[in-house]
Parts: sequence; C-alpha cells; structure tokens
Amino acid sequence: MQGNARIDVAGLSVFFPLYHGNSRSLKKTVFAAAAGKLAQDRNRRVVVQALRDISFTLRAGDRLGLIGGNGAGKTTLLRTLAGIYEPVMGRIAVTGSVHALLDPQLGMNPDLSGRENILLRGLYNGLSRPEIARLEEDVRAFAELGDFMELPVRIYSAGMVVRLGFALATAIQPQILLMDEWFMAGDAEFRDKARARLEGMVRGAEILVLSTHMMDVIADWCDRVLWLDQGRIRDDGRPVEVLHRYLGHPLPEKPEPVGA
Amino acid sequence: MSITVPDRLRPERASPRLELQAGHSGAVRARMLGQDLVQGARLWRLALTLGWLDIKLRYRGSLLGPFWLTLSTGAMVGTLGVLYATLWQLPVTEYLPFLALSQVLWTFIASVISEGCTGFTSADSIIRSVRMPFFVHAQRLIVRNALVLGHNILVIVAVYAVLRVWPGWWVVFALPGLALWVVDGLAIGMLLGAVCARFRDIPPIVGSLMQIAFFVTPIIWTPKQLGPGRNWMLLGNPFFDVLEVVRAPLLGLAAGSHVWIAALVFSGALCAASWLFMSFARSRIAFWM
Repeated sequence: MQGNARIDVAGLSVFFPLYHGNSRSLKKTVFAAAAGKLAQDRNRRVVVQALRDISFTLRAGDRLGLIGGNGAGKTTLLRTLAGIYEPVMGRIAVTGSVHALLDPQLGMNPDLSGRENILLRGLYNGLSRPEIARLEEDVRAFAELGDFMELPVRIYSAGMVVRLGFALATAIQPQILLMDEWFMAGDAEFRDKARARLEGMVRGAEILVLSTHMMDVIADWCDRVLWLDQGRIRDDGRPVEVLHRYLGHPLPEKPEPVGA
Repeated sequence: MSITVPDRLRPERASPRLELQAGHSGAVRARMLGQDLVQGARLWRLALTLGWLDIKLRYRGSLLGPFWLTLSTGAMVGTLGVLYATLWQLPVTEYLPFLALSQVLWTFIASVISEGCTGFTSADSIIRSVRMPFFVHAQRLIVRNALVLGHNILVIVAVYAVLRVWPGWWVVFALPGLALWVVDGLAIGMLLGAVCARFRDIPPIVGSLMQIAFFVTPIIWTPKQLGPGRNWMLLGNPFFDVLEVVRAPLLGLAAGSHVWIAALVFSGALCAASWLFMSFARSRIAFWM
C-alpha cells in the first residue's frame, strides 16, 4: 500500500512525575515556597523515566513490533505516538489518521447505552450523520448486542463489553494503527471472528505499531522489532534476529525461511 | 465462519499531521493551545452531545427529570421571596422577580465554577485513552449548565406571569451579557479544570469562596438596600458586575456603562489568566490524571 503516512520519533523521552500526597496540595506547595523549600522540592521530585532517548522512523508499509518486559515502556510509547502523552524531551511527528487500540474500554462511559457510546465515538471521529448510522449498524452486527444496544454498558457481561469495545475500535480504518496486546485476547469463540476483522484492519493500515508478548504474532505480522528495556531501545532489527536475541533461542514453532 | 468487513468506514479526510515537540518557548505553547481551541471548536457536535448526555444521565430514571430542579428552585424562590419581602418590608411585586432572576442566574454561575473544578479530572478516562482537545471538556461544561439554566428559566417566566410584570422587548439587551458569560464560562472551564487537576485541594477552597461570594453579592439582597453612598461595597466584586450585565436587562433596567466596563475588565483578566495557565499546563494535564 502506497500512502503518505509517516512517523518520526527523535530523541524522545517521557518522564512521569510521581505526585505523592504533598505535591498535589496547593497549601503544602505554598507553605513550602514560603519556607524556601520549593527549589529543593523541585529538584528532588521523583520522576519515573518511562522512555529515554527513543529515535526511529516509520514509513507507509512498515509493521513495527514492540517487545520487552512489563514496564519496559511499550504502552507509554504507544500512548505518546497517539498524542496522549507529550514528549518531555525530543519530538515526534505523526502524519496520517491515527487509531490507538489501547484498552478495551477506551473511554467508553459505562453509564451510557451501547448506542450512545457509538454515537460519541462517531462524533469524536468527525463522522457525518449517515456515517454514524453505518458505524452503528456495523458495530451492532459484529458485537451481537441485539437489544442490549439500548441498555447501559454497565450491565453488560464482560464478554459483551469486550465485543463492543473491539467492534467499535475496529470499525474505522485508520492510516496508522497502534495496538496493545489485549486485542489478541478474548474468549475462544470470539477470537476467530475478531482475528479476521483485525487482520483486515491491519492489512488496511499503512503503518502498524504493535505491542505484545506473543512472539508468533510478531513473527507473523511485523517486519521490524524494537526491543525496549527500561525505556531504552535495547535492540532494533528484523523480527527473526531480534526475537532470537530476546528469547535467547530461535523462534521454536515457526522458523522463518532465511532471507525471506 | 467467514467474516469479512468489506466496507469498513474509511472517512476521506486529508491526512492530519500531529507534531509534538518538547519545547518551552512561549510561542510554541501558545500555538499548541490555539490549535486545541480551534480543533475543540470543530468538535462542537461532540461537546453538545456530551453535555446533553450528562443531563440525560443525571436524571435517568427520575419521573420529572431536570424539572425537579425547576421545582426546587421554584419552591425556594417562592418561600424566600415572600419571607424576605416581609422582613425587609419590600413590595413583593418588586422583590420576587429580582430574587427569582438572581437565584436562577447565580445557580448557573456557581455550578459552572464548581463543576469547572472537576471538568478535566472527571473526564480522566477519556484523557488517558484518546487525544482530545481540552476545549471540548470546557464546552461540555457550558452546554450542560446552559441546559439546566434553560429549565430554570421556567421559574422566572412563572413569576413574571403570576405578578404580571414583563420587561418586554428590553430583554434582548441581555444577549450581549449572555455572550460574555459563554466566553467567561469557557475560560473558567479551562482554567479551573487545569488548576484543579494539578492541585487536588483547590475544589474545596473554591467551594468556600463561592459561599462567601453568594452572600457578599446582591443576590438575596438588592443593591438599593445598601443605601446611598455605599455602592463602594460592590467595587471589586467581579460577580456583581458580571451578574448585572445579564440581570439588569431582564428586569427592564439598563446595566450602565460602568458595570459593563468592569465586567469586561474582569472577563479580560479571567481569559488572560486562563490562557496563560493553560498554555503552560496543556501538555502536562495527561500526566496529572
């Protein structure tokens, strides 16, 4: 697929300030300033370095897999690419419509009905009225909600919430798809159906960035892998090589043909 | 099971470009905030729907819905109006419309301010899951409270009808005042939303300040009761001037140029404070959730 989608990340660092009880309070902050302690407090503010000095470029057609242990910064990187967190150092530039599949709820309001949540998502994406009607039909058919469409999401079963969240998240085709690994999960019956739909969306996207622990998915879908370790890039290259180094052994089940 | 999604929605839009740079230059920050406002304003249909659904949710399952609010405001205005008119020996036909109007308008101002404090923190699940202009949350706040105001207006209409006092076509002079309120409300939503996301002890402080403001502003008592030569007690009270630019025309009076000038000065200061704080805070709010 030829497209103009592009991601540039240069020297990106993201720190999370850890606000303990005191620094959330205006009173404490003012008193600390009055007592001349503010500067000291500033310097000692605890920050978690979620991402450190990350640089890479992706063009249309690239499929990037993110691997690394828990807390390596995979999800933070996805959120930064989605524009939710802004860089503390460095810069990112993302060209193309972005869709981030980060968590199943994805900002759904549990008190609103399925239909109302779909409406809000459509409006957020700037869809016209007929497009929203199509979105609603598409999601209703896929998620098999039936009459539950009119009832608050709060009373849905866990499976229904996942189906709705998944259907909604995969209804609009973006140029750039950012995906966290929960999308591979779900109950067994739903999984085949979901996989077919997801694969269609992945194929339709110009750029895919996927974070997962499932090595076979990475080997199947990605042509490049970033191995993140404590917020830094530890390794970057073709899946077969990086996964070998990451796992300490070649991929067991599906050895990739050499030179593929 | 073969599921194909032949015609997935693929909105034909120009490819958007998102550029985020860690920068501390004022110009960059101002430009990013400007983008937030413009993109947020383009999502007005979303803000409208969010505000409307807020009201729908709040009263879901209740028989009268938002009209409960109308009833309780009406009951309060009716009882207080007669009581205070007697206590202060004011003519009911004069005092009751004043009280009804003041009470309803003040409810709008006070709830914009108190709900403004939680405008961002209550939308934390949205803020952490998608990039959405913060201006949408400010618009949602105004839509929601304008809907409540719309329901409460019935109280004013009822009082006017019962007492047969109609300000007539003069009420159109309230429109510029209402426009100013919308601007102020949006600025409040951005400013308090951001400040209260950072400092979690602000909402109770704002709550107690608003309580004081309610008593020092002529809402229950009329400015006339101050007596001659004591109007200085209203000087520097932004709530009085901002309230008066809408209230006076609805009572069939002119707000007066000094009131308008003061209201514009206070509003300008508010907008400037809101702009300054938001241009500093905008990129950090997601981290504060």
